[in-house]
Amino acid sequence: MTTTQTGLGTYLERILKRHGRDSGRLVQILRDVQAEFGRVSAEAMAILAERLSLPIGDVESTRDFYSFLTSEPTGTYRILFSDNITDRMLGNQAIFDHMARRLGVSRGVVSADGLASLDYTSCTGMCDQGPAILVNGMAITSMTLRRADQICELVRSRVPVAEWPNEFFRVDHNIRRADMLLGTDFTPGSALRAAVAMGREAYLAEVKRSNIRGRGGAGFTTGVKWEAARNARGDARYVVCNADEGEPGTFKDRVLMQFYPERVFEGMALAAYVVGAKLGLVYLRGEYLYLKAPLEEKLSELRAARLLGDSILGVDGFDFDIEIHMGAGAYICGEETALIESLEGKPGRPRIRPPFPVSFGYRGQPTVVNNVETLCKATEIALHGGAWYEGFGTKQSTGTKILSVSGDVERPGIYEYPFGVRISQVLDDAGAKNPKAVQISGAAGQCLTTREFGRRIAFEDVPTAGAFMVFADHRDMFEVARNFAHFFQHESCGFCTPCRVGTRIQAGIMDKIAAGHGTQYEMNELQHLREVMRTASHCGLGQTAGGAIADTIAKFREDYEKRLARKDFEPAFDLDAALARAREITGRDDADSRMLSDA
Amino acid sequence: MLHAAATPARKKVRIATTSLSGCFGCHMSLLDIDERLLELVDLVEFDRSPITDIKHCGPCDVAIVEGGVCNAENVHVLRELRANAKVLVALGACAINGGLPAQRNHLDVGDCLTRVYCDRTGGEVPDDPELPLLLDKVHPINEVVRVDYFVPGCPPSGDAIWKYLTDLIFGRMPRLEHPMLRFD
Ligand SMILES: Cc1cc2nc3c(=O)[nH]c(=O)nc-3n(C[C@H](O)[C@H](O)[C@H](O)COP(=O)(O)O)c2cc1C
Ligand code: SF4
Ligand code: SF4
Repeated sequence: MTTTQTGLGTYLERILKRHGRDSGRLVQILRDVQAEFGRVSAEAMAILAERLSLPIGDVESTRDFYSFLTSEPTGTYRILFSDNITDRMLGNQAIFDHMARRLGVSRGVVSADGLASLDYTSCTGMCDQGPAILVNGMAITSMTLRRADQICELVRSRVPVAEWPNEFFRVDHNIRRADMLLGTDFTPGSALRAAVAMGREAYLAEVKRSNIRGRGGAGFTTGVKWEAARNARGDARYVVCNADEGEPGTFKDRVLMQFYPERVFEGMALAAYVVGAKLGLVYLRGEYLYLKAPLEEKLSELRAARLLGDSILGVDGFDFDIEIHMGAGAYICGEETALIESLEGKPGRPRIRPPFPVSFGYRGQPTVVNNVETLCKATEIALHGGAWYEGFGTKQSTGTKILSVSGDVERPGIYEYPFGVRISQVLDDAGAKNPKAVQISGAAGQCLTTREFGRRIAFEDVPTAGAFMVFADHRDMFEVARNFAHFFQHESCGFCTPCRVGTRIQAGIMDKIAAGHGTQYEMNELQHLREVMRTASHCGLGQTAGGAIADTIAKFREDYEKRLARKDFEPAFDLDAALARAREITGRDDADSRMLSDA
Repeated sequence: MLHAAATPARKKVRIATTSLSGCFGCHMSLLDIDERLLELVDLVEFDRSPITDIKHCGPCDVAIVEGGVCNAENVHVLRELRANAKVLVALGACAINGGLPAQRNHLDVGDCLTRVYCDRTGGEVPDDPELPLLLDKVHPINEVVRVDYFVPGCPPSGDAIWKYLTDLIFGRMPRLEHPMLRFD
């Protein structure tokens, strides 16, 4: 071994020790390696593979899966711009270009001195205070040209990110309407005490009685899920809090994790109490790294208060503790089985279901996966009972729902309403300016027009995981859909062909139309592709990846048609340019080495 | 039944076929319809095709294209077929997605050529104008011309091709049910 390798080995040993040499924690280990060395090199992988007794191919495929892990060095300062449509509407591209010029770097390329690299990334969940960026994983909000200049200065003077002005990293809660959950004080331990007083069975009966449904998107009945996990056969049971929140336009879980963590953790403990879990895992999206330290601290407080640990509240055998796992930049890890794969240190590829996580989840054991908000709601049921809870909202959608409102509104932020609220009311409350469309539940959701603003947020009408992006009448809905198309292309996990290839073709067609080369043929292709992806994809990502395009074609066709070429067909690429490289290498310039695109 | 349909009054359907950047596997699969070939020749006649060795195609009803588009000649052939055929069909994974040849898309075409012609043999990259120039990427055919039908598979089975062609010839909406689209 060379000296540098020995050095590397010592560093890696420290990281491995921190994670108990547990190959199941590979994603966490690789995150630490990336943070330490600015990349995960082939040498580092070889050492890790050996010491964790993993095939090197496994380590490599995990590294290559996550966008925050890289094989090549990033800049000492890795700057990533959130590229949700709401960031675009707030002018992130101009700021990006400005920074690129000032730092003398181009997109995706590290500056010659290795100091900085600049790129875009998927929505970072700061839509109400964008444009947002991540610098070495830490979120910076409310970007302006001025702030960009300051950052360039700090980078050039090599000031460590930890010493940058605090105000850069300020993340506001922007709670604009608080109801049952956000507006009520909570004493840590009160919900657990109430549940323990009732007993397991009685509390589970209350959860079922409340008819509460999951807030993560699919809307599965929580009581049924918990009961199934409790009844499933297994050696251990787990509770997982899904805080991956990757859906563009959604940021309510961030607010809950930052300002209501006691509720979230207590909700996990309640679930553990019911199903008999000893360990809980929070899967926190990598973009929310800034929350990790405060959350760890909160966990220590709860342990000190004996609300976590052994014999919680003096109940014999009620032992439960919580670990935080970080994501590494992959939207698909919000899907519960992909999330579990990631928790096990693997690439986040959705599993084949059934078996469902309630019977075969984390490490093959019965596992409850719940959204952050769902877990918070479980505390309300413990405190007030299922019948009380059921009194709010609608018949099939009980309780309140937190919406993340962004886009063309005067007061972007967090709005909590009883289920059943009309779209128009949310628009009024948020001060929407001439709205022409609302994209509900993110890129994977649906697009509603003015005619549909009387509809209601509820599983029986307009279901949502929480995103509510508003577009004023001057916005171009084609560009909105194109942004989503690129999001899905980037985030497809690549496991199944309809989605891997479909999202790519879809984005390519959208770019072709944007460049003025699309025809009616492409319009038909888009609809056809949507059907293929919807019916043949393995998981929800591919199944919904064509939805926003289909909706905007149906409802805002003029935004597409004004771009179409008045021709039967145009090639998807510049034919002559595609021959340029071969011309160069062969030195040819004869007639046959040239081609017209519309011959 | 099909024999009955092919009465002398029925004009034969004129078909052109070509293999662009493909492996001829799709054409082999067409031959795989076995004895139904005899029925087929009652129903169709062939224009430009590896079967006839006609080099340029004239007006025809159906053009069947195997393989993706990897060089300038592929583009010309494809355009000629499109200009002459009423219906153009992408047959097989290569025509539909680029398929196996598109594996080179993440490499630089210049590097590929120098590796093969210079680094290994010490020669030069051929510059004869007779040789079709390579495109920098391999493309599915619907990125170059309008395509009317896609028949998936690598290759589509003889049964699928037969079902598709007979549907088309007899004026039915071509439809391949799930068993013909299963490849596992
Ligand atoms: C592509 C995809 C992404 C998802 N992302 C999230 C997410 O970020 N957060 C979440 O809670 N659920 C997400 N889900 C839903 C989860 O699979 C799962 O249904 C949910 O976490 C269950 O919790 P609940 O019953 O409390 O809603 C996603 C699903 C899919 C298909
Ligand atoms: S649909 Fe997309 S994200 Fe889901 S498994 Fe298939 S490739 Fe992966
Ligand atoms: S689809 Fe398969 S059989 Fe057909 S040309 Fe391509 S590789 Fe050959």
